[in-house]
Amino acid sequence: MSTPETDDVPMTAPKADDILRVEHISKRYGAVTALVDVNLRLEQGEVLGLIGDNGAGKSTLIKIICGFQPPTSGRILLNGEEVHLHSVTQARSLGIDVVYQDLALVPQLTVYQNMFLNREQVRWPLLRNRSMRKAAKEQIDAIGITTLKSVDLEVASLSGGQRQAIAVARSVYSDAKVLLLDEPLAAMGVKEGAAILDLVRGLKDKGISIIMIAHNYGQVLEVCDRVNLLQGGKITFDKYRRDTSLEELTEMVVAEYRKALEERHRSAS
Amino acid sequence: MSDVSETAERSPETFGTAPDRRRGPSVLSRAATMFLKQREASVLAIAVILFIYFATTTPAFVSHGSFVNIAQYMAPYVIIGIGLVLLMVCGEIDLSVGFVWMLSPYVMHFFIDSGVPTFLAIVITIVLLAVVIGGINGVVTTVFGVPSLITTLGTGYIIFGYALTISSAQQINLPPESLGLGRWFGAAPWSEIIWATVLVLIFHVILTRTRWGLYTVSVGGNLLGAREAGIKVNRIKVGNFMMCAGFGAVAGILEAFKNNIIDPSAGQLAVVLVALAGVVIGGTAMLGGSGTVIGLWLGVLVLAILQDGFNLRGISSNKFQIILGAAILLAMIANTYLTRLRNAGRLQSKA
Repeated sequence: MSTPETDDVPMTAPKADDILRVEHISKRYGAVTALVDVNLRLEQGEVLGLIGDNGAGKSTLIKIICGFQPPTSGRILLNGEEVHLHSVTQARSLGIDVVYQDLALVPQLTVYQNMFLNREQVRWPLLRNRSMRKAAKEQIDAIGITTLKSVDLEVASLSGGQRQAIAVARSVYSDAKVLLLDEPLAAMGVKEGAAILDLVRGLKDKGISIIMIAHNYGQVLEVCDRVNLLQGGKITFDKYRRDTSLEELTEMVVAEYRKALEERHRSAS
Repeated sequence: MSDVSETAERSPETFGTAPDRRRGPSVLSRAATMFLKQREASVLAIAVILFIYFATTTPAFVSHGSFVNIAQYMAPYVIIGIGLVLLMVCGEIDLSVGFVWMLSPYVMHFFIDSGVPTFLAIVITIVLLAVVIGGINGVVTTVFGVPSLITTLGTGYIIFGYALTISSAQQINLPPESLGLGRWFGAAPWSEIIWATVLVLIFHVILTRTRWGLYTVSVGGNLLGAREAGIKVNRIKVGNFMMCAGFGAVAGILEAFKNNIIDPSAGQLAVVLVALAGVVIGGTAMLGGSGTVIGLWLGVLVLAILQDGFNLRGISSNKFQIILGAAILLAMIANTYLTRLRNAGRLQSKA
């Protein structure tokens, strides 16, 4: 098992058909360095689990890859070609889409309005509501959400799992090739969480490549093909699911806590 | 571990609660529910009740003069109310719009005096004030992060002082060459309310059926989420500030023609508060994310009926202030109560 101290972290070998490569990404906010030197790759059709402590920078990394903010340095390669992402909309047009932790849903708008947010169908100057309503219904049926009675419901009245599902359906509808999921299972009960994992499996079957941030390692190992740990602003662990275990992942993170506790005792004494 | 897989197997793809199998309501109650579902229904009900009350108790209420009074009272508040609805929906407010109302006729007068034809002078005044004042309000609020309540209070007083300075706080007459066209811009009895109503209809479509309206609601409903979805939130806010200032200019010009005088006591802060009362009674949420200009029109109608009805009853203007305040509170309480009933009904019938 690799220790965080070593500079030479054993990583899995890059593949020729890696759909996404992130090279030497760093991110600084003034005096604060969120990411130091992140190197990450995503294989075509795989689900990559991204784990790490709260505040380790996982969300920051996701925000960079999806185009919401630029890195301080480093580059992103999509299908082997370098891309410069300057907006979420542009990234989406290249096939990279994101489902944020807070889902980016507007509670006062309906399901179909949220699904088409910033991607509306327009017969200028009016919105083509009927057409969008129909397309939303079809999309929801297509990815297997069965208990949403109507796309005219306000999102405010839906459960967490339903909202998550809509946020994912929105990305799939926009033809995402790379989907970034920021803690899709947060605040979700067991039943709803299982349904989301099913949804993720379904997306993988469709050939979508996914990076998923999650804290429940059992769930991570359920659905992810490979696991990366973000620690100290770098990726310090990279193993395929078959080469690791729940025990190894847990022990890795517990070791971090142990170290933090030791440091506190040392400074206190 | 086995518990987990059991529940997962029992309902593999259930995201929500099971469908409700209660017996459906009768056709009549379903129609009533559909009507009441519209936010504007409760304001309309209040307006109708008040109309019937005054029609039956105050003889002079149902008359041409009385209705003209209602229409003329309503019009300017409806116009600036549209701007206020747009801003409140996206989470902001504009206290300076009443001062733009005061300034705009002076600016129009200046252009006409400089030889600009009346119609063009009106258009230039509206656009100029909209872009400059709305732009400053918008930029200070979005870029510098000053709460719009404070921003617009500040710009409002600057505009006020500027208008008083350039006019030396003097009334001036409308330029004689403008009076002809002036009939179409407020001088004729129904002209202002027609403008107001047409604008309400146009902006109802904008708010409910265009991307601008959708994004305005999104910015107010979930600012961070809207930004994450890629919506240019600052652009939406600045645009709405500009439109609101524009409406202030429109109201000021129409009122000047109606009153046949350009007056330094026109507009100012009180008019914004009356318009806000109409906005809120009409069903626009104070917290943003939802609003209705049809409701605004009806809300201001409620205030106009109250004002006209009590005026005809001979209630002294001192007593009238008490009644107006009480009426605003009651109308708002009634509306809030009806809204709560409506939302409870909606939650019960969710999938």
